[in-house]
Amino acid sequence: MYTSGQAVVHPRLSVLSTSSLPSEHSSLGTASSTTRFSLPPSGSSTPVPMPTSASTLSLSKTPMTAVNLVRPNIYDRPLNKTRTSEVSLAAFTFLFSEMIQYTQKRVNGVADFERKLNTLGYRMGLKMLELHAWRTEGTSKAPKRETRFLTVLSTIGNVMWKAFFGRAMDAIQKSVTKDDEFMLIENDPAITKFISISKDMGSLSCSALTAGVVEAILDGLGFPARVTAHNVPTEANPNCTTILIKLDRSVLDREEALK
Amino acid sequence: MAIFGLWIINKAGGLVYQKNFADGLSKLSPNEYLVLAGTLHGIHAITSRLSPAGSSSGVQIIEAESFKMNIFLTATGTKFVLLTSLTDTTADTALQRIYEAYADYVMKNPFHTPEMPIRTERFDVKVAEIIKVFA
Repeated sequence: MYTSGQAVVHPRLSVLSTSSLPSEHSSLGTASSTTRFSLPPSGSSTPVPMPTSASTLSLSKTPMTAVNLVRPNIYDRPLNKTRTSEVSLAAFTFLFSEMIQYTQKRVNGVADFERKLNTLGYRMGLKMLELHAWRTEGTSKAPKRETRFLTVLSTIGNVMWKAFFGRAMDAIQKSVTKDDEFMLIENDPAITKFISISKDMGSLSCSALTAGVVEAILDGLGFPARVTAHNVPTEANPNCTTILIKLDRSVLDREEALK
Repeated sequence: MAIFGLWIINKAGGLVYQKNFADGLSKLSPNEYLVLAGTLHGIHAITSRLSPAGSSSGVQIIEAESFKMNIFLTATGTKFVLLTSLTDTTADTALQRIYEAYADYVMKNPFHTPEMPIRTERFDVKVAEIIKVFA
């Protein structure tokens, strides 16, 4: 399918840079990674215990202390263990803040900004869907995949959101006027908790990232849709955000046929 | 007990945030506040150098007849100055809380440029909440 020598990249995966291509990964070779996570040079920070005349056994302690300093690699951790693998909100917020600043330098206008955040979220969402499926259905004797849209929507809003962000969506609604539009409503999204949009950014919603996540999950489950995020501030919830799902016509037709 | 105002001075001595909460002190023009903040920055530098025994944190409270300035220096060199009445005893706690709000709503905000004036809506809201509790 692909022409030889020229990697054809899915547009979703090539928007920001080409550095995520496998061929470029070789530059992350050995030198940097070994210096970063290697043990401190012997004798600098972990003093070698002085061998006493009483026993020579104490010598065996030296390699033991060195071994304990090795941090477990992320690939060594069990994938389905969720209780201790939570990330602190502060750490995530700083990372997200850097992502936004990085994106901001590379876009023209709010629409472009949201599209790129959506793309970043899309790439996260693909992996999150896979991880979630592995965690919930991986050990099941009869693993299943949802085929009806409303069940999928409620799984995303309740189960998945709780697993990823610690809280379920505050409301899931169907548009009154349009039959292909659905809304996931979050009163105070954790990821934009500390973000104040400046006046010149206008209607920018940084939840475009989570909109991308939802879009990827729906896409991955076979429900192509266009997902966008919108600020809907209310008196009680100034940070209230709506994630608007506009389903592809083919999904509606299939839902009709399945009835 | 009253909290008159809050200043935040960046590590270069520039005033990046100034807000009045209660009447009692004379209002100054933005330029005058900038000059005063710069002067305070200099005074702080002098006091932290004058200590006869090792390093010093510098001036922490300046008391006048009708008010006092509580100065809180963070590890990164940012100074939080709270102007309160003489009887106020909660300035330390209030400053700590404001510092927490600053760390959350200013430093974690991608649209804020470090060392530049703070124009962050949610920080304003949070500071107002904290002042309400302590005033």
